[in-house]
Amino acid sequence: MAMNAKTIPNEEMFYGHKACGGCGGSLTVRLAMKVLGKKSIGVYPPNCMSTVGFIYPHMCYFGNATTAPFAASGAVMSGLRAGADALGHEDWHVYCMAGDGGTADIGIQALSGAIDRNDRVIYICYDNEAYMNTGIQKSGLTPTGTRTTNTPAGSNIHGAIQPKKRIFEIVAAHGIPYAATASVGYPEDYLRKLEKAAACPGTSFIHVLAPCPTGWQAPSEITIELAKEAVDTGMWFLAEYENGQYHLNKNPKEFASIEAYLKKQGRFSHMVQADFDELAAQRDEQWGRMRAEWCD
Amino acid sequence: MSGEKQFISGDEAVALAVKQAKPHVIAAYPITPQTIVVERLADYVEEGELESKYMYVESEHSALSALFGASGVGARTFTATSSQGLLYMAECLHFTSGGRYPIVMMNANRSLALPWSIFGDQRDSLSQRDAGWIQLYVENVQEAYDSIFHAYRIAEDPRVMTPVMVNLDGFILTHTYELLETLPQEQADAFIPYADYANCIKFDEENPMNIAITGGPLLNMEFRFQQQRAMNDALKVIEETDKAFGELTGRTYGGGLVEAYRCEDAEVVLLSLGSLCGTIHVVVDEYRKAGKKVGLLKLRSFRPFPVDKVAEALSGARAVGVVEKDISFGYEGAVYSEVNSALIKKGLCPLTRNYVGGLGGRNFSKEDICGMFDDLLEGAPADSVQFVNLRGDIDYGNEC
Ligand SMILES: Cc1ncc(C[n+]2csc(CCOP(=O)(O)OP(=O)(O)O)c2C)c(N)n1
Ligand code: SF4
Ligand SMILES: [Mg+2]
Repeated sequence: MAMNAKTIPNEEMFYGHKACGGCGGSLTVRLAMKVLGKKSIGVYPPNCMSTVGFIYPHMCYFGNATTAPFAASGAVMSGLRAGADALGHEDWHVYCMAGDGGTADIGIQALSGAIDRNDRVIYICYDNEAYMNTGIQKSGLTPTGTRTTNTPAGSNIHGAIQPKKRIFEIVAAHGIPYAATASVGYPEDYLRKLEKAAACPGTSFIHVLAPCPTGWQAPSEITIELAKEAVDTGMWFLAEYENGQYHLNKNPKEFASIEAYLKKQGRFSHMVQADFDELAAQRDEQWGRMRAEWCD
Repeated sequence: MSGEKQFISGDEAVALAVKQAKPHVIAAYPITPQTIVVERLADYVEEGELESKYMYVESEHSALSALFGASGVGARTFTATSSQGLLYMAECLHFTSGGRYPIVMMNANRSLALPWSIFGDQRDSLSQRDAGWIQLYVENVQEAYDSIFHAYRIAEDPRVMTPVMVNLDGFILTHTYELLETLPQEQADAFIPYADYANCIKFDEENPMNIAITGGPLLNMEFRFQQQRAMNDALKVIEETDKAFGELTGRTYGGGLVEAYRCEDAEVVLLSLGSLCGTIHVVVDEYRKAGKKVGLLKLRSFRPFPVDKVAEALSGARAVGVVEKDISFGYEGAVYSEVNSALIKKGLCPLTRNYVGGLGGRNFSKEDICGMFDDLLEGAPADSVQFVNLRGDIDYGNEC
């Protein structure tokens, strides 16, 4: 039965941590742990979530958890899986909580390796669209034009140059049994996908958009609003890849205004009309492709 | 009870010992001259002789990361690597030693690029001196095999809980066939019984564990101190292990830390590690026959470094030569520095010289060893660091 607002457990399993108010990443963890429960082992590579949760002796995960080398989430999960299975604990979930940098950049090799082995692990990427823990630097999932501390927006450099890597499709191209995108702005959709991942007999992957008030330079109380708007503007999308097929979960007839979404965030405050237009063009191109190829 | 005899290479002997140690999880990535180990282990798994989870990883970094995960839930683990692979693991070496995971690894000592060379020297493992791993160096195929059992027993000892690297000279040992006496399986099982580790996740829903923690300025030093204490305790555990293994098999390795050969009354001692000790051994016998008082000190444990044992064995020597396949550019061989430091600590000041050679697989011949003994018996070269067998400078042909 799908978990929803009525059936979700009240028990919190991630608290006492030091994340900023309104942190989308911590919400990604909190919801994941409600679905995966206590019979789980989480892998937390270097990123905001491991930083705010692992400061001995003040431990914040009320399920089993370990940190990991940055590049190695996929491999550490595989090792935990192998060890747990060898010792007779096949019924425990193994998941990771890797950032966008830890997934699309430094951790992409180990992620690829885990999928290639089809190990029964759940790879969750919370995407706050930059290296936040080190002070907001550009990652492979930072949108075009974003101002970060190493892609300044001046007259020479105009923020990040490249669009977000299509990591969901890169993962799907491995032939993974289950992959999905989600957003903390649509929690029931995310919960449903977590349940699917938990039931998946091989590797599963969920890519969750998780706004970061600090890095996005936005008020902490609009995290959910931004996470919804990202989807409603078409800057992000909700989709699944299963049995070799893509599926769009939400296919808006009309997109909400990109400009309004971007203007709420300091990281885009340098943008002018041409920038809005470019992002809209990127969006239209991507949606054109997704609609043509992913819809029946 | 003694085991069967087999004619077998160093790599195969390691694989056989690992099969008998029954790790739950094996993860490794191929690299010459280690490859045979991973191939044999895969065969054992395929043939049903070994029940391990054999993981196909996409790099050495992932191999050791996977074992970090497996060991984190208390599984017994094994990996093998060499050279570039060991360095690619460097970050994970510190993770696993700092987290106190009792992983066992075989390293086939091989040169490091650049210049590329698949042949042996010891710059790979010696450069990882401070990674917090116990490092053993073995002389022959039998010792390679036996040391895998030693390694599990030492690593998993509650006083130690520190990963162990068993080093074999690339090709010279990994690919050489020798007669091996195997350990009967019941004896192997009894020597290294598997027990749950103290510091790992217990699969207890009501008592979850967060491991591999962050330790800030408030507590970090205390963890480091415990790590150092465990390494120092390992000196004792390595000795106990050698003794216990000796009682079981009749084979001992000088007490586990060093093996002194004809050092008691020796005027000149050559200290070395790995397979080269076999050659020095032969030369010592020849020189002794000719009435020359020379000896060999084989260093088996490089970390922890057995200061007392080294100093004790060298206490009567007038001159000491340290022969190693390593150079720390801008200074001297790493082992030479360690030996000098041990001597000074114990108030000993024999003449010491460093013979650096075998780099990139260059041969060390009996004649080379004779040359070192002759040098030290008759006086000594002026420079403390000698490159053995050097062919002269390379002409880059830059001049027009
Ligand atoms: C090998 C290595 N390189 C760099 C770092 C420094 N580092 C720690 S966290 C981090 C950024 C993580 O970014 P992301 O994965 O997006 O997670 P976020 O911090 O945004 O939550 C970096 C670069 C590290 N710990 N290890
Ligand atoms: S910087 Fe961003 S991602 Fe990191 S804890 Fe704060 S809000 Fe969360
Ligand atoms: Mg990030």
